[in-house]
Amino acid sequence: MKTSADLDSSLYQRLDDYIESVKEKPGILINVLHKAQEIFGYLPDEVLEYVAEKLDVPVSKVFGVVTFYNFFSRKPKGKYQIKICLGTACYVKGGDKVFERFLEELEVEPEEPTKDGLFSVHPVRCLGACSMAPVVLVGEKDFYGRLTPNDVPSLIKKYREG
Amino acid sequence: MKPVVVLVSVDSNSVLKGAREYKNLLIDLVEEYNLSSVVDVLETGSFGVYLDGVLLEVLPDGIYYLVKSSSDVREIVEEHLLKGRRVFKLEVPPEKVRAGVVEKIEVPQETRVVLRNAGVIDPTNIKEYIARDGYAALAKALTEMKPVDVIEEMKKSGLRGRGGAGFPTGLKWEFTFKVDADQKYVLCNADEGEPGTFKDRLIMEGDPHSVLEGMAIAAYAVGANKGYIYIRGEYYESVRNIRKAIEDAYEYGLLGDNIMGTDFSFHVSVRLGAGAYICGEETALMESIEGKAGRPRLKPPYPPVSGLFGKPTVINNVETFANVAPIILNGADWFRSMGTESSPGTKVFTLVGNVVNRGLVEVPMGTTVRELIYVFGGGVEGGRKLKMVQTGGTAGTFIGTDKLDTPLDYDSFTKYGVSIGSGVILVIDERHCAVDIAKNVLGFFAHESCGKCSPCREGTRVALQTFDRLSKGLAKKEDIEYLWTLADVMQQASLCGLGQSVPVPMKSLLQNFADEMEAHLKKECPTGVCKFVKEKPRRPVLR
Ligand SMILES: Cc1cc2nc3c(=O)[nH]c(=O)nc-3n(C[C@H](O)[C@H](O)[C@H](O)COP(=O)(O)O)c2cc1C
Ligand code: SF4
Ligand code: FES
Ligand code: FES
Repeated sequence: MKTSADLDSSLYQRLDDYIESVKEKPGILINVLHKAQEIFGYLPDEVLEYVAEKLDVPVSKVFGVVTFYNFFSRKPKGKYQIKICLGTACYVKGGDKVFERFLEELEVEPEEPTKDGLFSVHPVRCLGACSMAPVVLVGEKDFYGRLTPNDVPSLIKKYREG
Repeated sequence: MKPVVVLVSVDSNSVLKGAREYKNLLIDLVEEYNLSSVVDVLETGSFGVYLDGVLLEVLPDGIYYLVKSSSDVREIVEEHLLKGRRVFKLEVPPEKVRAGVVEKIEVPQETRVVLRNAGVIDPTNIKEYIARDGYAALAKALTEMKPVDVIEEMKKSGLRGRGGAGFPTGLKWEFTFKVDADQKYVLCNADEGEPGTFKDRLIMEGDPHSVLEGMAIAAYAVGANKGYIYIRGEYYESVRNIRKAIEDAYEYGLLGDNIMGTDFSFHVSVRLGAGAYICGEETALMESIEGKAGRPRLKPPYPPVSGLFGKPTVINNVETFANVAPIILNGADWFRSMGTESSPGTKVFTLVGNVVNRGLVEVPMGTTVRELIYVFGGGVEGGRKLKMVQTGGTAGTFIGTDKLDTPLDYDSFTKYGVSIGSGVILVIDERHCAVDIAKNVLGFFAHESCGKCSPCREGTRVALQTFDRLSKGLAKKEDIEYLWTLADVMQQASLCGLGQSVPVPMKSLLQNFADEMEAHLKKECPTGVCKFVKEKPRRPVLR
């Protein structure tokens, strides 16, 4: 059976493989961080220090980059990250009301995972799918459009039941 | 194959209209009604038409339906599939679909240059692009034209940058060409992050090679051999299609060393953005490619002199590059036959907000806001009254109904105070309040300001707070005067285009909706959106 330590090292192995393949390219830090977040789900400090060492850049620079970009998260997120667009095109279609409803239904604050770790709710600005406004993105690829607050419970249910 | 097949047309346009969701719903319903043994639901490519909705074909009957909502889907399952009764009101005549002219029923013809292939070809198949004159312009440039000829043709065409600022593309290339350097770069700005904009995404998803071909021609013209496409991280489909296109182009010898047997070489890689709107600003984008936090650089020096890694660099928008091959192939005169004198060609607009047909349209420059909303957009949703339109994106102008007849091009801002920007037409109906909208817009900028310079960092924050107080009936007349001053300061003292352009939406709101602003001073909200309460709201409105 695999212990969690093994799992961890296999994750680091995946990151290593990627870094090896791109190492020589100039300015590759951001792509590496993308990969690291894909592998680990978020960017714990330990991983950031590891990346700094591997790429031979100062740790301070890695932290500076991670905190600058919205995409990177140093805190764990829910298994399903629910991104709700509050860009102007979604806002005029009631995106804010959908956002409020998610927080109510899941009883969470924005950006914090639910107690069971299943969901976290993130307000975002424009997902580039404004014709479907208001837009919600669950995970990386599941887009939902033309939502009303009343669609929220069944959407949550769908993911809760897997 | 089961006796009945329902084909769902899935392409970059229909996906936006919910094609995948409708397909999944169809599958669920077929199961729910125990039809699984007789009905198959399959995805098919584009039917080659552009519609406000999703096209389904039911086989073997050969009947086409246009669905616009989940209840349309339900009706087709319950009526047609279950009871065998056609749903006439949702039908589209087959000859219209075959001729690819469905849009002409209600929408006048678009002029498609940039979107010439989108939804028509399989974007992942380089052969289909080549079959429609793909890479013929590159071949022409490499074999029949010298770099200066390419630049001359681009200058003559009058093409202006589609990223928002409208700088003449040929001129930009000429500056870069003239600088002597051992290394030059060509960058494609695909960081599209402005609320309301998604045109670059659909170009990359629908016709990725048109962008690569434009970049290669630019590289040949200025003497660059390395290029990057900086794509917004969330655009998975764009990234996938562009990567596939690059791979195929290498395989066909259209990228890489000694392209088409000439001594011209050009290599392209993809870089991903990481969710910072400011990285769309050209120098911030370069910082980001260099692996740093994307904060803008002080200009000058401009990119043609010192850009990526300090080398001369051409940076253009996705839509700008997609215009290049047709110009080289058909000539500058052809291009100038469309659009206006100062802004030739077409523009891809995104129609969003409270408008009936939301989506993309490509029309000649000089098309009016009214035509875009009423002719192409089908008017305001639910038969409501139009209140305001924000043109050009989040950094664009808010106008009232009195300015709808403004023809949009790169001069309409200086001439009429209506900006074209990245081509967003955000329709806002009578239920919305100007002050509330101002808060949303300023909230965006306050969050996206990179914090490098104080006029923008502090200015956006203070402006947001002031509009917030106004919405609660806590502002005074001086506050509105202060907003005007603040806008002037930001315009003049900010380091980059973000801070410099925040005053555009601010001032246009203050000016064009002055009555409404003043009503709020008296704790009156004409639309009733604003709640004039003293206690703090449960949660800050925006992050
Ligand atoms: C805050 C800010 C964001 C921008 N975002 C984008 C963008 O997402 N895409 C883009 O092409 N240009 C964007 N621009 C404009 C670029 O700085 C630059 O002018 C453009 O890429 C040049 O290409 P063009 O001449 O083809 O328009 C932005 C500018 C600013 C100030
Ligand atoms: S104007 Fe705003 S976004 Fe631009 S450099 Fe200054 S703080 Fe950053
Ligand atoms: S504004 Fe919400 S997806 Fe664009
Ligand atoms: S809602 Fe219009 S005045 Fe506030």
